[in-house]
This record gives sequence, structure tokens and C-alpha cells, in this order.
Amino acid sequence: MSSYEARFKVWRGDVEGGGLQDFTVEVHDGEVVLDIIHRLQATQTPDLAVRWNCKAGKCGSCSAEINGRPRLMCMTRMSVFTREETITVTPLRTFPVIRDLVTDVGFNYQKAREVPAFVPPAGLGPGQYRMMQEDVDRSQEFRKCIECFLCQDTCHVVRDHEENKTAFAGPRFLMRVAELDMHPLDAAAESGLDRGRSAQDDHGLGYCNITKCCTEVCPEGIRITDNALIPMKERAVDRKYDPLVWLGSKIRRRTT
Amino acid sequence: MATGTEPQQNSGGVRTGTRAAIAAPHLRTDRWWLAPAVTAAGLFAFVVYSTWRAFSNAHYYAAPYVSPFYSPCLAQNCRTMHAGPNADLFGSWWGISPAIIILIFPLGFRLTCYYYRKAYYRSFWASPPACAVAEPHQKYTGETRFPLILQNVHRYFFYFALLVAGVLTYDTVLSFRDTHYRWGHMGLGTLVFLVNIVLIWAYTISCHSCRHIVGGKLKHFSKHPVRYKAWQFVGRLNTRHMQLAWASLLSVALADFYVYLVASGVFDDPRFF
Ligand code: SF4
Ligand code: SF4
Ligand code: FES
Repeated sequence: MSSYEARFKVWRGDVEGGGLQDFTVEVHDGEVVLDIIHRLQATQTPDLAVRWNCKAGKCGSCSAEINGRPRLMCMTRMSVFTREETITVTPLRTFPVIRDLVTDVGFNYQKAREVPAFVPPAGLGPGQYRMMQEDVDRSQEFRKCIECFLCQDTCHVVRDHEENKTAFAGPRFLMRVAELDMHPLDAAAESGLDRGRSAQDDHGLGYCNITKCCTEVCPEGIRITDNALIPMKERAVDRKYDPLVWLGSKIRRRTT
Repeated sequence: MATGTEPQQNSGGVRTGTRAAIAAPHLRTDRWWLAPAVTAAGLFAFVVYSTWRAFSNAHYYAAPYVSPFYSPCLAQNCRTMHAGPNADLFGSWWGISPAIIILIFPLGFRLTCYYYRKAYYRSFWASPPACAVAEPHQKYTGETRFPLILQNVHRYFFYFALLVAGVLTYDTVLSFRDTHYRWGHMGLGTLVFLVNIVLIWAYTISCHSCRHIVGGKLKHFSKHPVRYKAWQFVGRLNTRHMQLAWASLLSVALADFYVYLVASGVFDDPRFF
């Protein structure tokens, strides 16, 4: 087993201010960035604040920015860096900082609440839901989400423009709208809620310029842009900008 | 008041408000600028080349090959191409190069394409230049307003792109003639045209709007097995949309350049049979 001394810069501070602090710390074979942060806590700076839980890439707690890239600390192997490299770890830069590596991700919970829930189909009780696998495949891809909010953090719509946070739900929650809109049993349409239109009107889908950073950082490899956002854009076009579809729906409504 | 806690600026980005006080607009250490730089160079080169060729109004036909930039040729000032894609819809008042009429459609298709949008938003407009790299703009409204809201017309350009691909397929069939319009021949140009038309179709079919139209809009795939299969097929191609976008851009320019070389007499089309 080999080990070496790595140079780290870790952001320390809170909402009042802060900065990058230098550390030299031991690294062993097979370790991940989170291990090193824990070693710093154990040996040099016991009050370093960091959020983590599973250390297995499944809880989505340890999101941070490593050398400027949004990543899970527990899934970033030290072996991807050279031994000479200085590794910079900062908190997520899109959300308010609480302390050190911990940010307030409440924005995401707010956005989650703004998406209307699954609407149960009329006339089906518990245990009576039947769905075909091919009908749930699309929604199931989105269910892999571990809510790490790396996509929300990296999306330039809110990262670079605080003022857009009110209007824009972010990739994670536009994907939630897509998940429900593609759900074979969701009865939102019957209850008068048009999810395709509301993605555009209420959740700010138009702000997304499909530059795919959410897809690039998603640790679950969900193809957010291609499979959720662009299909929702196309659905919004059906509702709002396609005169043929609009005409067709008018005629059909008359005749049925 | 400590720095970093001033009231929110309207243009607040990573360096403002209640976010961690870090002065650098980004901390990436990899070569994040490489991809947008290469993309910008590639697109720029194509724009320069195609502008020259589209306005030159010359050397676009060398029997049996017609440049994809000039097909279909819709004005009276077009060269007569034996049984070729001539259709004098515009008549004699059209004075400039007839390529301009038809190029609007593939141009519109590619400009509103979901892949090219990503490419030029990143490389020409730096919005964002790369992931987690701060963009230089004060305000951002994305595709919510005019003019970018017009990107939503992509599906109409897709329909036109189908027609154009149909005409180019016809041209490829015609390229199995020889210089005297006799059938059953094949030259190097025919091969160039074949590769080009396959790539053009693959790019066109892998379009995100196409994926939506053939099946993506459905809620229950299980009730539409044929459309489900079609959606799966387009979906598989769609994962390669970027590669196909570049490959077909290159091949269409090469096909045009090949015609240019033969038409301007640089060399004769080598014949296979
Ligand atoms: S693709 Fe859209 S939602 Fe995803 S990061 Fe880019 S702008 Fe944001
Ligand atoms: S979609 Fe991916 S990046 Fe976004 S919160 Fe879920 S797991 Fe994280
Ligand atoms: S600690 Fe759970 S995802 Fe990293």
C-alpha cells in the first residue's frame, strides 16, 4: 500500500465571508476525496463542517465542487488526480453557504413543493394499479435521482443569475414534471392540469437553453436534457406553438 | 457588513449574495475551453466555406453531379441539369445565386437543432462557456422571449429537412449515370454522394423533434407497438445526434467541394464502372 502527501485547498468560512485554506494531508491508495476531508477533520481541523451520509454515492449529501467541478466527494477517487496537483474543494456555489462545505439547499425543497403531486386515476383503488414496463421505463430512469442537486448547482440559469431562482425550477424538478407527465397512470390532465404547458408557464422550462451541464454532472448518469427537458420542450410546443396540433385538438374536441 | 453579505445584486452570480465568498469566476483546472474553442472553429470554418460557395453561383454542376448546396435549384438562372433537381418556382426576377433560396431550410434546421443550439450557445455566446464556468452576461432569459423563443419552430424545419433529404436522395440516384446521362455507372463522386446522403438521413432522423413526433409524445407505448419501435429506433440514433450533426456537416461540405473540383476542371471524376 503506498501513500503520499497531497496538497489541498479547502474553503472555510460562513455567510460573513471566508476563503481557501491550505492543507497538506496524507492520502492512501484507493481513497476518495471524502476520505481526505475526514482525515483533515480527524487530524488537523476538527471543526471543519461537511455533510455526508452513505459514502456510497446513494444519499446525495456530499455534493461539493472539486477543482471547480460539481461532484460527489464520496465518488471522486483520488486516483483521478496527479500527486503533484493541488486539489481545491469548495461548497456548492449556487446556494447560500452555511459553513465550510455545507450549503443551504432549501431552494430545492421549495421547488420540489411547487410541482403538483401525482394525481391518482379515478376508479382505481390501492393495489389495483397495473402498468406495462415499457410505459414506466421513461419515468423510472428519472427515479434513479439521488437528489444530490449537482445538476441544480451547475445549471447556469440560476448559478449565474440569482434573480432567475424565482421563475426557474431547475433541471431536477423539470425532470420531476416530465416523470409525472410520462407516468402512465397520472390523471393530471383529467383533473385539468396540463403538465406540458405548466412546465413552460409555471416552472420556467423556457429558461433552459439545453446546454446539457445538468446531464454532464449527474452522478446517476440520467440523461436529463435528452430524455426529460427536450421532450418537455416538445410537449410545450405541442400545446403552445404548433398550430396544426392546436387546430387538431379544437376539431377533435368539437366532434367528441 | 462583511464582504459577500451585501443585498442581492440583480445580476447575482457565483460571486454575490449569500454564496461562499470566492473571487474567482470558476476554479476549473482542466482544459474546459478546448471543446468550445474547437466547436467555434469548426462552425466558423463551415460558415466561411458555405458562404463562399453559396454566393459564388458557379461550378455547382458537373454531370451527373449537382452540389447539395444548389439542390433543388428553384430559379430561372439555374443551370439546366438533365432530369436533375430543376424547378423554376422563382422565375427570372431572382438575380442572385439560387443556392440562397434553398439553403434557408437546412440552415434553419441546423440553427434550431437542439444539438447546434447547445454548441453555439456555449461556444459563440458563452452561455455558459463550459459547465460551472461563470458566463459573462448580466441578464439571462434563455429561450423565454423573442427572438430565442422562435427556436420552438424546430419541428417545421424538420419537415422541410425531410423534403430536402428526399431531393438529395434523388440526386444521389442520378449520380449513377455517366456524363452523358446513361445509367449504370458509378464514379468516386457517386460514392461521396452515397456517404453524404446516408449521413444526412441519419442526422435528420435522429432529430429530437422527430423522436417526439414518432412516439415521444405518447403516454402509453404499450398501446402503440409500432410507434414504440420507431421511437426506440430514433432514440438509439438520437444518442449519436452530435456526432451525426458533425459528420453530415462535413460530408455535405465535402460533397459540394467534390463537385466544385470536378466542375472547375481540377480533375476528372474517377470511374469505377
Ligand atoms: S440543459 Fe437546461 S437545465 Fe440543464 S444545465 Fe443546461 S440550462 Fe440548465
Ligand atoms: S438528477 Fe442527477 S444530478 Fe440532479 S439531483 Fe438527481 S442525481 Fe443529482
Ligand atoms: S456520502 Fe452519500 S452520496 Fe456521498
